[in-house]
Amino acid sequence: MTYSAKAREWYQGELGGIRTQGLFKEERYIHSPQAADIEVEFPVGTGVPPKRVINLCANNYLGLSSHPEVVKAAHEGLDWRGYGMSSVRFICGTQDIHRQLEDALTKFLGTEDTLLFPSCMDANAGVFEALLGEQDVLIADRLVHASIVDGMRLCKAMTDTFKHSDMGHLEEKLQEHQDKRFRMVITDGVFSMDGDLAKLDGIVALAEKYDAMVMVDESHASGFIGKTGRGTHEHCGVLGRIDVITTTLGKALGGASGGCVSGRRELVELCRQRARPYLFSNTVAPVIVCGALKVMELISGTTERRDKLEWNAAYWRKLLTEAGFDIKAGESPIVPVMLYNAKLAQDVARDLFAEGIYVVGFFFPVVAKGQARIRTQLSAAHEKRHLDLAIEAFTKVGRKYDILGKTKQQVIEKYGM
Amino acid sequence: MDELKKIIRDYVTKEYLEEGDDRVIGNDTPLITGGIVDSFSMVSLKRFLERKYAISIPDGDATPEAFDSVDRIAELVTRFTAK
Repeated sequence: MTYSAKAREWYQGELGGIRTQGLFKEERYIHSPQAADIEVEFPVGTGVPPKRVINLCANNYLGLSSHPEVVKAAHEGLDWRGYGMSSVRFICGTQDIHRQLEDALTKFLGTEDTLLFPSCMDANAGVFEALLGEQDVLIADRLVHASIVDGMRLCKAMTDTFKHSDMGHLEEKLQEHQDKRFRMVITDGVFSMDGDLAKLDGIVALAEKYDAMVMVDESHASGFIGKTGRGTHEHCGVLGRIDVITTTLGKALGGASGGCVSGRRELVELCRQRARPYLFSNTVAPVIVCGALKVMELISGTTERRDKLEWNAAYWRKLLTEAGFDIKAGESPIVPVMLYNAKLAQDVARDLFAEGIYVVGFFFPVVAKGQARIRTQLSAAHEKRHLDLAIEAFTKVGRKYDILGKTKQQVIEKYGM
Repeated sequence: MDELKKIIRDYVTKEYLEEGDDRVIGNDTPLITGGIVDSFSMVSLKRFLERKYAISIPDGDATPEAFDSVDRIAELVTRFTAK
């Protein structure tokens, strides 16, 4: 036996420590397809029957996760192209439909070429190492997603950061690193915890001034940010001027799985030659490719869904503000309700669940200490009635904890950070 | 040594604290373990020190432990400037 008592004891201690710190993550079991209304079993395994709740925490921004046409296309794809590929792409794991999906993404994102990855996490893990080396520098916004941080760690280039969305600080960094061969500025398009948008117009202007490439993770933007949903680059008027975009099929674009690197032709081609998650893992299964192709068709033909999402987000922000909640200002469908205290965030989320609203509290280390919150996320699948019901529940729970109309300072005074 | 520590404190405050963050950086404030400086951002501090004091700190010595407080960073810089 190699798993010794000593090892078991150590791992039990680690898990105990996570519990003691209040950081233990528990899954909730969903007994229905992903949608605005879902049936959730929580706590799990206790015999408590699933509860029907309004879902305000999915990345199902366009409401396409269970769309009948997407499901139908996936069914047909399963019959037509089988279940699995049993190979990585460059041996015998590429079907013509993989290339069709890459072409559809290229057209939609306004880039030169695209390469699919098993996930956007994989795209971010592979892209930097494939493109940059010791003579180069990666300059990232300090709030980029964890997968970018991991990808940067795997790359031999020097790493540096700039203060969140601070263009003055970014300019200092670009000046400082003029001795490097290549500079790459890295940012999320929409920041997942705060819901704010990167200042891509400013970033691109600085990158052009200081001869740097720009890489943007558009996972929380593709499909709905910008007038036609192309993303943050469309919103900021810099379509065609972003060198590398990574994004996911696991959120707005059907929500199943898969991601991509899209951008300058040579950069994408080099990822095809060198990016390790592409080279050493099967790509997206045919059934998902067929579903995603239908998604691309649906969102390329009309902006109806992203327009509805935009309306829902604005309406929800208005409801929360009028009720007296402290929310992070913005224009994305990510609407954080600020509570500052980790226990308060957990308690409010628990009480909201009892009221039929499914949300999750976020606290350190996912967000900075003293920045605990409930992140609400809107979907085009939400109807006005969902949001009207949700605000009733939020108001009831907000009254219970006496946080309505209170400033950040007042909430912190009452509950601590 | 006090002057060196002041320069490091000032740099850390300007470079790593966001606007409105009124935390005061002391000589023993945990920087890396306290979440003020992450391992990526540490690079700019290292480069700043190398340029300012015309030294070269090998990557093997530029560890998160060695950069975890103003006191420790000052020790490191002193060690290399003395060489």
